[in-house]
Amino acid sequence: MDQFVQLILAGLATGAIYALAAIGFTLVWQTSQTINFAQGEFVMLPAILVLAAVKFLHAPLPVAVLMAVGGFLLLFGFGFKQYIVNPMARHGILPLAIATMALSILMKESAKDGFSAEAQQFPSLVPEGAIQLFGATLSLRDIAIFVVAVVAIVGLQLFVTRTKTGRMMQATAQNPTVARILGISTEKMILLTFLINAGLAILASFLISPVYLAKFSNGEVIGTAAFIAAIVGGFNQVRGALAGGFIVGLVDNLAAAYVSSAYRAAVPLVLLVLVILFKPEGLLGSKEERTV
Amino acid sequence: MTRHPVFSRIDANLATLLIGAVILWFAPAGLKSYGLYVISLWLVMSIAAMGLNLTLGYAGLKSLAQAAFLGIGAYTTALITAKGGIIGPGWSWPLAFVVSGAITFFAGVILGFPALRVKFHYLAFVTLSFATVMFLIFRNEQWLTGGVYGFSNIPRPSVMGSKLDNDLAFFRFVLVVTVLLSLAMWWMLRSPWGRAFTALRENPLRAASLGINLRAYTLLAFAIGSAYGGFAGALYAPLVEFIDPAPFAISASFVLLLTVVVGGQGYFLGPFLGAAFSYVLPEVLRATGGLYLLIYAALVLILLLITPQGIIGIVEKMRENRRQKAAQEQRNASKVMLEA
Repeated sequence: MDQFVQLILAGLATGAIYALAAIGFTLVWQTSQTINFAQGEFVMLPAILVLAAVKFLHAPLPVAVLMAVGGFLLLFGFGFKQYIVNPMARHGILPLAIATMALSILMKESAKDGFSAEAQQFPSLVPEGAIQLFGATLSLRDIAIFVVAVVAIVGLQLFVTRTKTGRMMQATAQNPTVARILGISTEKMILLTFLINAGLAILASFLISPVYLAKFSNGEVIGTAAFIAAIVGGFNQVRGALAGGFIVGLVDNLAAAYVSSAYRAAVPLVLLVLVILFKPEGLLGSKEERTV
Repeated sequence: MTRHPVFSRIDANLATLLIGAVILWFAPAGLKSYGLYVISLWLVMSIAAMGLNLTLGYAGLKSLAQAAFLGIGAYTTALITAKGGIIGPGWSWPLAFVVSGAITFFAGVILGFPALRVKFHYLAFVTLSFATVMFLIFRNEQWLTGGVYGFSNIPRPSVMGSKLDNDLAFFRFVLVVTVLLSLAMWWMLRSPWGRAFTALRENPLRAASLGINLRAYTLLAFAIGSAYGGFAGALYAPLVEFIDPAPFAISASFVLLLTVVVGGQGYFLGPFLGAAFSYVLPEVLRATGGLYLLIYAALVLILLLITPQGIIGIVEKMRENRRQKAAQEQRNASKVMLEA
């Protein structure tokens, strides 16, 4: 029973991180029809950037973090939209998706060749340790990850639903033509979603890297988990992606313990196929209209 | 001189294929074994890309599992041909080739069937899942595949009693198989099947209204495309003589998809160009040390930004421009004549 509670908590913690990546993924999909196959690498890179700034520029950690955040937002929030999505968008969904695949290889290889092929320690933002609760040993780090991620997601949700800018963003996602007629600068709104996506990726990166170490190949696992979370929850819903993230995190951790650690990566995929078969619009998603 | 543009293009494809085959038969006589390995790899990957080109470029389905099919073919061939083979060395490779194609064909059917029941672009994610699971099986089932230690001593096939241990002889063998598979593909694309595949991509609703069984044809396109992956695997295993799970990982499937798009999806010769770009270029760039994949990815990105239709897209665009210019000149000339 102890082990079960610990697994649930660990599952919620990784699930919260997957949810961050999945939410960014769906936001970008909604506003610009970009299927970002580099989403996992987006989560991998910020931590590497911090470590690289410390190693090569001998910057103190806080400065390195600031530099990494600024650089990442500029390159993969603004730059990604301006120089990859914008020119490719008019050619349809597929060429753009392919371009993001190339980008994912590019990011992975840059991290490997430019920084290190080995897994690196990443400083934890919260103290290590554990507390006893109801007889179970709960890791402080897992609790902290969960809390930080949930606060960020709730904040985002409030921003999207309660503020004028958030509403404008939603309008852009739902019907760009009408949004433009109503005087919303859709371009700016789309850029904003890309910046939010980059921000969520940074947060996810700083949360997960202390646990799994910072390594160039981390993106593969996180990226796949984020896709699955997005689809399982429903491609067109932020709360769907949130639920999907938690489900995938839980399934992932429980499968590793009770099914087979060698095949832990396969279990969420089975879940994905089941969802696609029986509820293709996702557990919380609404049916999209069929385009003719 | 009013030839139908489609026919002239297809004939040009066939001519290019056959002339290219003849040149390739004689060209590499002076090459060392590394050079022969690289061009053999190019042809093998062209086959896999050709299959994906059918799935993606003609039928419009996104598959992220072509490297997994390649892997199934490679491991099947390794298992059947290793240790002298089950039914004697002369026949074990042909058997392996057929079995590899058959397994991947049926895997394609089983995989495509549920995915196509729902929306088409879900196939991408189902195939991504399948590729991940296959990679895990290749890596974890050590008793069958050798796991991370790999599967070594895969023999080269024998033709008429003599084993193709010579690299040049094996390259020519690969070339012959490639030409045969290309001819089969060429024939298929011109057949009513091929027309139906194109119809699926261009306008599924209209295709359905014309009586094409959407699901059956989509499934068929996907299964045949997958089988080409299996065939390529049957050649890949004896080419490298040692296989481990790494070349069949997800990123390898990504690269195969990039190959098709970079070459020009939906163009018959696209896969050959794409494979040259994706598999020969990195070997050339190997001189740059570990940076070749990085340079490759950057090149793909730049190329896609310039021409999303792929390398053949540039040629097509130039041809189209020339045609339009010629037509414009004719119009101008006739205008002058009318006014006179």
